[in-house]
Amino acid sequence: MKRNIPLILAFISGMLVIISEFIPHYPFGLIEETLTGWFMIVSSFAILLGQISLISANINRVVEKSQNWQYYLAGLISFAVMVTVGLLWGMENTPGILGQGASIAAKLGSKPFDYIFEYAYMPLASTMFALLAFYIASAAYRAFIIRNFESNLLMITAVIVILGRTSFATALTSWIPKSLTLLHLPELTDFIMQYPNTAAQRAIMISAALGVIGSSLRIILGIERSYLGGGK
Amino acid sequence: MTSINRTVLERRIVFLVLAIAVALPLVFPLGLKTQVTPLTEKAYDLVESTPAGSVVLLSFDYDPSTVTELQPMAQAVIEHAWKKGHRIIATAMWPQGSQMADMAFADVQGKFDNSKVYGLDYVNLGYKVGGMVTMQAMGRSMEAVYPKDMSGLDYKDIPMLTGIKSLQNVKYVFSFSAGDPGLTHWIMVAKDKYDIPVAGGTTAVSAPGFLPFVNDQMQLHGLLGGLKAAAEYEFLLGYEGAASLNMNPQSVAHVLILILIAIGNVKAWRKRKSVQQEASKNA
Repeated sequence: MKRNIPLILAFISGMLVIISEFIPHYPFGLIEETLTGWFMIVSSFAILLGQISLISANINRVVEKSQNWQYYLAGLISFAVMVTVGLLWGMENTPGILGQGASIAAKLGSKPFDYIFEYAYMPLASTMFALLAFYIASAAYRAFIIRNFESNLLMITAVIVILGRTSFATALTSWIPKSLTLLHLPELTDFIMQYPNTAAQRAIMISAALGVIGSSLRIILGIERSYLGGGK
Repeated sequence: MTSINRTVLERRIVFLVLAIAVALPLVFPLGLKTQVTPLTEKAYDLVESTPAGSVVLLSFDYDPSTVTELQPMAQAVIEHAWKKGHRIIATAMWPQGSQMADMAFADVQGKFDNSKVYGLDYVNLGYKVGGMVTMQAMGRSMEAVYPKDMSGLDYKDIPMLTGIKSLQNVKYVFSFSAGDPGLTHWIMVAKDKYDIPVAGGTTAVSAPGFLPFVNDQMQLHGLLGGLKAAAEYEFLLGYEGAASLNMNPQSVAHVLILILIAIGNVKAWRKRKSVQQEASKNA
């Protein structure tokens, strides 16, 4: 029963949504609308669940003093600070428990939540993403090596596209006559992106879509049950 | 020196050279010009050809990690839309997207002497969970999905939303998208289901994945891919903003990466050659 009820619910919900796509009339349209509303409510609870899970996982690591536990503690403190200032003074135009916090906002230039978001979280998040550039540069130096025909082809394409995406591209090939426009780096880059790349992307997308249809049908029909958990 | 130490040292040199290569053009801009590509032009034309007074939807589907690439795009599109007299609804499918929208509006307001009025010229409806399902629900009723805006105003009390019953009443959707949910879902819902023109801005790394949507069916009405496209859009608007400035270090970094690839290949070629010579000696 514990496994059958979720399977029956998945089957009914899945079939109703599929049918309503083909017959968007009463009662299927109404059912789909209701299910959509339910989905949004359930998704909201998923955020809450994620936060509870985050707190519990971090607390466990700190209590057990596992490796690098200090980072988990820093994460918990940051979380607590953001929640506290958000609850007390709100964010942007939304008031908190203590109102708009005009005096603090006057000192900081914005509310504490917005101040921390703009001057701590945003630079930190951007920095994390920017670090990728260093790893890419290092990886390109060590791993982008010509070994055979395929890697040669990949290398030539990469060089054209990388150069074509810079501001140097126009200057580098501006001497090429207009009758040979395709050889201008920006044009050549666009050609590569528009034809070989798009063809490959389409193939990947079609394959992925077929895969999604297959997996969805397996879930709706109860063949795929791993989402229920509990091993086999 | 052991090979491990050598690898670590090489990596540190690469990091140091890249840091210098990125920092120098920020201090001493090179003044490089960017050539406008057809994909950017298409997106620009969509905004340009939409009549004044139209209500349009900009979706901020990203967070601060991709702000360097996507925020200049958002600002350029907001500026263009306001110049054309469009009224902007901002939504967010990512939790921090609504803050990104507020920051973009605040920055662009400066160029219009803060003359754009909240509720008349723009509104921020904030973040909603649910991704594609939320977009589908917006297709039926905007008010049902967003009963209030970010500041707590009731949907029906916001003047510019009078007459905007559903997604079908907006003239175009422009999604600034760093992943899922985002541009793909806007294409599937707004364009494929309701035939509303959709354009998008993405990070450079994910742009190639969206090119199949730029087709004869106009599933995607132009695409801004990365900082370069943002710089192109700024160029079309006739100014040099954050994207144009940041293209200098990015271009230098790209060239440096190419040089590093070349050095890496020369090193590998020399290593292979020495191994072959060693083998022939032993033979």
